[in-house]
Amino acid sequence: MNDDLPLLRVSSLSKSYGSRIGCADVTFDLWPGEVLAVVGESGSGKTTLLNCLSTRLMPTSGTASYRMRDGTFRELYRMSEAERRFLMRTDWGFVHQNPADGLRMNVSAGANVGERLMAVGDRHYGRIRATAIDWLGRVEIGADRIDDEPRAFSGGMRQRLQIARNLVTGPRLVFMDEPTGGLDVSVQARLLDLLRGLVSDLGLAAIVVTHDLAVARLLSQRMMVMKDGRVVETGLTDRVLDDPREPYTQLLVSSILQV
Amino acid sequence: MYVAVKGGEAAIRNAHRLLADRRRGNRDVPALRLDQIVEQLSLGVDRVMAEGSLYDRELAALAIVQSRGDLIEAIFLVRAYRTTLPRFGYTRPVDTAAMLVERRISATYKDLPGGQLLGPTFDYTHRLLDPELAAGGAVETPAQRPADAERMSRVSEILAGEGLIEPDGELPVDRDVADITREPLEFPMERDARLQALARGDEGFLLALGYSTQRGYGRTHPFVGEIRIGEVELELDVPELPFAVPLGRVRVTECQMVNQFKGSAKAPPQFTRGYGLVFGQAERKAMAMSLCDRALRAREFGEDVVAPAQDEEFVVSHLDNVQSTGFVEHLKLPHYVDFQAELDLVRRMRAEHGRTPAVGAAETKEAAE
Amino acid sequence: MSARTSEIASYNFAYLDEQTKRMIRRAILKGIAIPGYQVPFASREMPMPYGWGTGGVQITASIIGRDDVLKVIDQGADDTTNAVSIRAFFARVAGVAVTTETAKATIIQTRHRIPEHPLGEGQVLVYQVPIPEPLRYLEPRETETRKMHALEEYGLMHVKLYEDIARHGHIATTYAYPVKVEGRYVMDPSPTPKFDNPKMHMSPALQLFGAGREKRIYALPPYTRVVSLDFEDHPFEVQRFEQPCALCGARNVYLDEVILDDRGGRMFVCSDTDYCEKRRDEGGVAANPFEPDEAAT
Repeated sequence: MNDDLPLLRVSSLSKSYGSRIGCADVTFDLWPGEVLAVVGESGSGKTTLLNCLSTRLMPTSGTASYRMRDGTFRELYRMSEAERRFLMRTDWGFVHQNPADGLRMNVSAGANVGERLMAVGDRHYGRIRATAIDWLGRVEIGADRIDDEPRAFSGGMRQRLQIARNLVTGPRLVFMDEPTGGLDVSVQARLLDLLRGLVSDLGLAAIVVTHDLAVARLLSQRMMVMKDGRVVETGLTDRVLDDPREPYTQLLVSSILQV
Repeated sequence: MYVAVKGGEAAIRNAHRLLADRRRGNRDVPALRLDQIVEQLSLGVDRVMAEGSLYDRELAALAIVQSRGDLIEAIFLVRAYRTTLPRFGYTRPVDTAAMLVERRISATYKDLPGGQLLGPTFDYTHRLLDPELAAGGAVETPAQRPADAERMSRVSEILAGEGLIEPDGELPVDRDVADITREPLEFPMERDARLQALARGDEGFLLALGYSTQRGYGRTHPFVGEIRIGEVELELDVPELPFAVPLGRVRVTECQMVNQFKGSAKAPPQFTRGYGLVFGQAERKAMAMSLCDRALRAREFGEDVVAPAQDEEFVVSHLDNVQSTGFVEHLKLPHYVDFQAELDLVRRMRAEHGRTPAVGAAETKEAAE
Repeated sequence: MSARTSEIASYNFAYLDEQTKRMIRRAILKGIAIPGYQVPFASREMPMPYGWGTGGVQITASIIGRDDVLKVIDQGADDTTNAVSIRAFFARVAGVAVTTETAKATIIQTRHRIPEHPLGEGQVLVYQVPIPEPLRYLEPRETETRKMHALEEYGLMHVKLYEDIARHGHIATTYAYPVKVEGRYVMDPSPTPKFDNPKMHMSPALQLFGAGREKRIYALPPYTRVVSLDFEDHPFEVQRFEQPCALCGARNVYLDEVILDDRGGRMFVCSDTDYCEKRRDEGGVAANPFEPDEAAT
């Protein structure tokens, strides 16, 4: 595997809804193991961009190519639905803001974690269960909760379960949509620590959409600032936050308490 | 002592004999004739024709007698007969504007060309039981007047003249009209197929769904643009002939619902429509159908599908009373083979439960003791 | 029938009109070409209620010829009311020979069982299917399940089996146990007990499945691989009965439990009535056929 090549190449990506712009002319490369934060206010187009990148939405124009495990680049929007869905349940993860959107709320925690393994053909109950217990442990959920349904879990636990469910197949790229949104501040801090540890231990690449600059600061190496569907500034996270160049970024940074 | 039972055939034969006896009832009472049913229980006959999808009063009346007045059973009898009939072709679309109207009302205009015609309606009757009917008293002949020469244009045409309502749905030229009795249903459906399903759907089911939209479960802001009941001409195109061949007339009920307008930056607002067309005089059914039709067009108008009446797969999969009654009633067929399989498993699991309690179960047990 | 009534309503040979039979045969052929795939067809109303075997009856009506010999069973038995009714229907509308003997039948229409006597080449087993979609109770939307089949996304099926084991220590599906056909389509074998699943695998007979209300036909051509879903460490197992049939002494057959009194007396007898009778005719009678099962008292 060649780490000198990007994992994802995005070029002039645009999505419009009739005459309204979702996102416009977004170009960037994402490298293996790199965490990119996409920040902006609501309506800035960051979620539209995330949905296009994860192929949940089709862009109006532009391209995105992904380096498959065999090293070849594949154009995402030309893949068949079967190929895209396979990618989504093996090499990619998607962490939703609301865990209920990413979990099966009526099956046990163990089955939630094990589903992706079974989907790719694992047929050994004991092994699936052991892997599920291991992953529950890594996201700090006790093995005794494995047969409980997520509806019996707190918000923070559900979010950690969703993360375990996504990471169990060893994906190389994870999309996160406001992963700490809707959680208490103390719970957020713990989840961010956990995420940071997992991302660096596993060498995951991630694209994290957030309106919270503190989340971007803690998780990402690089960030993109979006406004009205366009990228207004991009750079290393520390540089952008400490020395914002664009007036809009300066406004955004000055409007929050410094971390 | 158990001996494997034989004799299902004799039991069934006897059951049928008893059924025939109960159907006939007291032999001192004269047997019903089909013409009595056709003439005097005509709305029941209409319902059987509509949901049975077969326009034949005499067969519908026969089915009603045979089913002892159980209309869903009668509809079933008619359907099972209809399905065996060969298909000769499809008539031209009926022109309801040219209907020989017996009843026509509009709730949107006080007066309009052709006027309001009340016709034979229960609407303003007082619902008091009438002992004279039991006595079989004489009945007056109805009042008559010559038909107006004035064309009774449809309310939708009047609105369309100002561009205030969406146009009539047109079938794309490259597509034949759907036939849900000849082609398998596939979701999502086109509106023509969906309307066919609604037209033969259970009146009670559609009524409840239509009602639910009025109570806020998929609200559509309906106005009764027009209801008309009367006879329309059927015409068939025959390849060898240069003109359409008239086949005869059928009585139908049509309801055009005028619903809340839609518009966008590109298109100025227009009222939308819900449509109902049913064999015979079946006003309640036609109205319920048009409410459901409009609710089911949610996707087409970019509305959120949040209520049962808007959910095409839910509505169309469950509206047919012949299907519903069959599957509900099949539960009384023997299921002892599958039940045996469940019995065996439950017994085994209960036995294991006693022997080796699961980890979690042991804890609960201790706590309980 | 009087002249008057036959004038009002009359029916075609074998009930269905010939156009309809051809349409159904096309669906059957397509099903045979893609084993386990559910072929939509324009199911007709039948003179018996939906849910009572209309899918099976339509298939039988479409393939039956004058030389065929028909057997109809429900719950394994030839004399259950619905089996009697369907057999009588075909005797009346098609005038074909009927039998209760599995070996003599060319077409066997069944509800919930596969006969104990092995089927042979040239025989057709027609199943009545209530819910053809094995994913239905996991995902009620057909638009979604169709996609799952197309993309071979069957992970959810194993999630259900996983949940069974986690909760009960066993796979708790005992009938309508899902199978994978030729390594491709996951299929519902209709509500047969899982005891019968192995009989579908590499069967020399043609197996046709008809779901009238749900408007689907599917098929297993002769000698098709049919594998019951399971886990390596929780392999598929069939039901085993502790005791033999109390009437004929047969072991390794599926038994019905018959309640003898209200004090817990019961006995177990073959669900396949033809098989049981044959064995009794050949003298294979249990030592104490009418003794209630002791373990149960």
